[in-house]
Amino acid sequence: MSTYTSVTPEDLQAMLDAIGVGSVGELFAQVPEAVRLGRPLDLPAGLPEQDVFAHLRDLAARNVSAEDEITFLGAGMYDHYVPALVDMLTERSEFLTPYTPYQPEISQGGLQVMFEYQTAISELTGLPVSNASVYEGPSALAAAGYLAKLTNGRPRFVISRGAHPHSRETLHTMAVGYGATVDEVVLSDGVTDLDALRDLLGDDVAAVFVQQPNFLGAVEDVEAIAAAAHEHGALAVCAADPLTLGVLEAPGNQGVDVCIGEGQTLGNRLDFGGPSFGFFAAAEAHLRKMPGRIAGETTDVDGRRGFVLTLQTREQHIRREKATSNICTSQALNALAGVVYLTWLGRRGLGELGELMLQRTHYARETLAALDGVAALHDQPVVREFALTLDAPVDRVLDRCAGDGVNAGFALGRAYEEHPDGLLVAITERRSRADIDRLAEVLGAAVAAERRHAGVGA
Amino acid sequence: MTGSGAPLEDNRLHGDPGIERTEIDHAPSAPTVASAMQRERAMTIFEKGAPGRRAFVAPELDVPVTGDLLPDRLRRTEPPRLPELSEPEIVRHYVRLSKRNFDLDSGFYPLGSCTMKHNPRLHERVAALPGHARLHPFQRPQRAQGALELMWNLERSLAEIAGLPHVSLQPSAGSHGELAGVLLTRAYHEDRGERRHKVLTPDTAHGTNPATVTMAGYEVVKVGTNPDGGVDVDDLRAKADADVACLMLTNPNTLGIFDANIEQIAAIVHQVGATLYYDGANLNAVMGVTRPGDMGFDIVHFNLHKTFTQPHGGGGPGSGPIAVSDRIEPYLPRPVIVRGEDGTFDLDEGSGSRAKSIGRLRGFQGNYGCFVRSYAYIRSLGAEGLKDASEVAVLNANYLLARLSRAGVAEYLPLAFGKLCMHEFVLSGAPMKKELGIRTLDLAKRLLDHGFHPPTIYFPLLVDEAVLIEPTETETRETLDAFADAVAEILREAADDPELARSAPYTTPVRRLDEAAAAKRPVIRQPL
Repeated sequence: MSTYTSVTPEDLQAMLDAIGVGSVGELFAQVPEAVRLGRPLDLPAGLPEQDVFAHLRDLAARNVSAEDEITFLGAGMYDHYVPALVDMLTERSEFLTPYTPYQPEISQGGLQVMFEYQTAISELTGLPVSNASVYEGPSALAAAGYLAKLTNGRPRFVISRGAHPHSRETLHTMAVGYGATVDEVVLSDGVTDLDALRDLLGDDVAAVFVQQPNFLGAVEDVEAIAAAAHEHGALAVCAADPLTLGVLEAPGNQGVDVCIGEGQTLGNRLDFGGPSFGFFAAAEAHLRKMPGRIAGETTDVDGRRGFVLTLQTREQHIRREKATSNICTSQALNALAGVVYLTWLGRRGLGELGELMLQRTHYARETLAALDGVAALHDQPVVREFALTLDAPVDRVLDRCAGDGVNAGFALGRAYEEHPDGLLVAITERRSRADIDRLAEVLGAAVAAERRHAGVGA
Repeated sequence: MTGSGAPLEDNRLHGDPGIERTEIDHAPSAPTVASAMQRERAMTIFEKGAPGRRAFVAPELDVPVTGDLLPDRLRRTEPPRLPELSEPEIVRHYVRLSKRNFDLDSGFYPLGSCTMKHNPRLHERVAALPGHARLHPFQRPQRAQGALELMWNLERSLAEIAGLPHVSLQPSAGSHGELAGVLLTRAYHEDRGERRHKVLTPDTAHGTNPATVTMAGYEVVKVGTNPDGGVDVDDLRAKADADVACLMLTNPNTLGIFDANIEQIAAIVHQVGATLYYDGANLNAVMGVTRPGDMGFDIVHFNLHKTFTQPHGGGGPGSGPIAVSDRIEPYLPRPVIVRGEDGTFDLDEGSGSRAKSIGRLRGFQGNYGCFVRSYAYIRSLGAEGLKDASEVAVLNANYLLARLSRAGVAEYLPLAFGKLCMHEFVLSGAPMKKELGIRTLDLAKRLLDHGFHPPTIYFPLLVDEAVLIEPTETETRETLDAFADAVAEILREAADDPELARSAPYTTPVRRLDEAAAAKRPVIRQPL
């Protein structure tokens, strides 16, 4: 018997007697002989807790984490500081170990957290309704596509090439299922090309998608893009970085119908890509087509204020094949981290953090673009991230920087073949001026070394 | 919220009318610190605090300040109305809220098809190691070898448990894995030049199955259930034609019945060229005993947050890896983990090498934090421990079923199908409703006063007044006894006064809530 079960030989005998069988094997009599495994699983034997810990610690030690280097890597997930109270609250049994709150009388804590979270997301995005979370950013964008399909039934999506490459690909994967197609709008000078967008629009377009700021760090003119979408009766969907919404205009105030995005930056770990959460907010008209759980306020039989999962007639467990989404388990604990983090930042803190990122990012772009062999890829306004071009092979430059303990960023060529020399650099509040200056020193030296190697310049 | 949850003496459990019954004290007990906290009027965080209070102090602005970095038309003028509180206020607010939640660490959670087994604390410790928790998903593979090796090992372990050779860890939850499975089926058929339009699901299926089918662009066709609780094979045969892409099946199914006709079912499905999909929500019954691949399934999803102890978090995160057969492998989502001849690991993004892939289902590589926990679990238990987990899960379920019968419950809550069960079982509350005048919902609500989370109710749909009970392997015999006693007590009490259950619960932070009003005029955010 393993340590997580408790059946002693005496228990076993008493239990078998109560059931009226002679052995545990008899309980599996329904399983036909022909499909039985008939041998032990070919897996290593179980280990004591301390050995499992040591193994998992050894694996962790073979990763270079944000703890081990000065990192400027972003491109969708960012090394922001997570305050201690987030860990303390998400580790509490009462939040960590319940199931989805199907029994509201004993789940008021979790349900109220969802209600508060929905309020916070609604405030951030400037849109009146929010659900209680979806899986993560790119699948949230695809879910917005499905909502558009349910809303107007049109067969085509138009998405900015500035949207995260994983978002574009996820939208495509899901669209294939229900027979929709996806067209991409090119970027010009770092932002969505409005003329190219207009050329692609037509009355068969279900939705237009833009990311704010976009993958190259540039701030998009979301208002103009939403207006163009609306001219053709398409929904305007904005994938926003929630942590920039203290300084950037709320998408809801720019005419956007649906605002979704990746919530990792709100108090969640990097975790090599997940779990984090996706948020999903929309105009009132879309409430009954939204995916996922929604908490609503009501009263109990004694008139006491309480919260329940509401509008469940949208959901798979009630509506089955007529549901507006198949989502069931989503990311409640990660959304809890999100609302606790936003509360910790507070009304002023979100703007202050945004302003700090704006200033440091601007400083970093100016400083790095002044290096020999380094230039800004575009001149658009940026908040936390910006793109450079290097006059040297990016992978080799990254290797050299890594040797100096600096992760200089994301090689844009991994996702944009038109920018083989591109480098995407992210500046969170954890990267001080001294860190940025260190990056400049290391990057400058690496580019210079590579250019010497290639026989360029002095 | 223990209410009157003290287990009763055994000799009073048989519903013998000659034995004196203890009157359940259903009134709220005298206020204690805990109950006062639980029953205070709910105030949201947006109603607390005061302008100017704060918990966050920004790092020093250590660079030269530049004006006009954002044009006015892009800049936000009205800040979002987030709360303003100090750290102690925030901590107190959320800790007090937490005390208004029931959780697995404090009590029994026999929620059918949800596998609420203990979440070992080691898992939280290892997942929090900075080498895992602060690893960036775009870290280059040569600098993330530990993570890729962990994922590779988890893939190999899940492949062995499923009896299917290829695994993708990418899907974020069970329903996401289902969607992957149906999209894989589509890709497989289209690659063979076939267009099919229908997917079969039994009427016992989880709601996510038909919902997934619609999202993936297929029509749902229901297959009936035979008197033994398995798939109606004749109905299946009649509906399985060349237009059918897939049969989605849970085995054991949501009735807790292992479908003994599984080989025949697989043959019928494969004969028409369709795929057989295994909903892994109930895998906890059969680990090391039988494997989906050996039963003939082509595609399986796992719920790491059920079978492999990722904590549920009050509604996620989860993780829904899939395992597939050789013929489905070319279509797996990108990226895939590959191991080089020198033993190093890489991520194959697959732009050229995996041209038939259905593509990505989400960002990055999946919910790695869940992989760490589930991998730790598999290494802790090993082959023997996993089989033991399934055996004890089935033992516990059958014991609880027997124990409920012994307590006189079967008369009012009979087993819906069969005599024994696998890891879960379904009772029908129809006789209880008719004879005692209380519904399954009332039973569930009264269980709250006894300190138990109720079972899954009104599912599966084909059982009238269904009660779906899954105790899991990590509960003790004493807990199962106490639960059986509580159910017996509620039925006895209902025989005297059904109103007690109909108006329950009494001891919870709030009592029955008006869900109809919540849906009619939705208030889904704090008005500010």
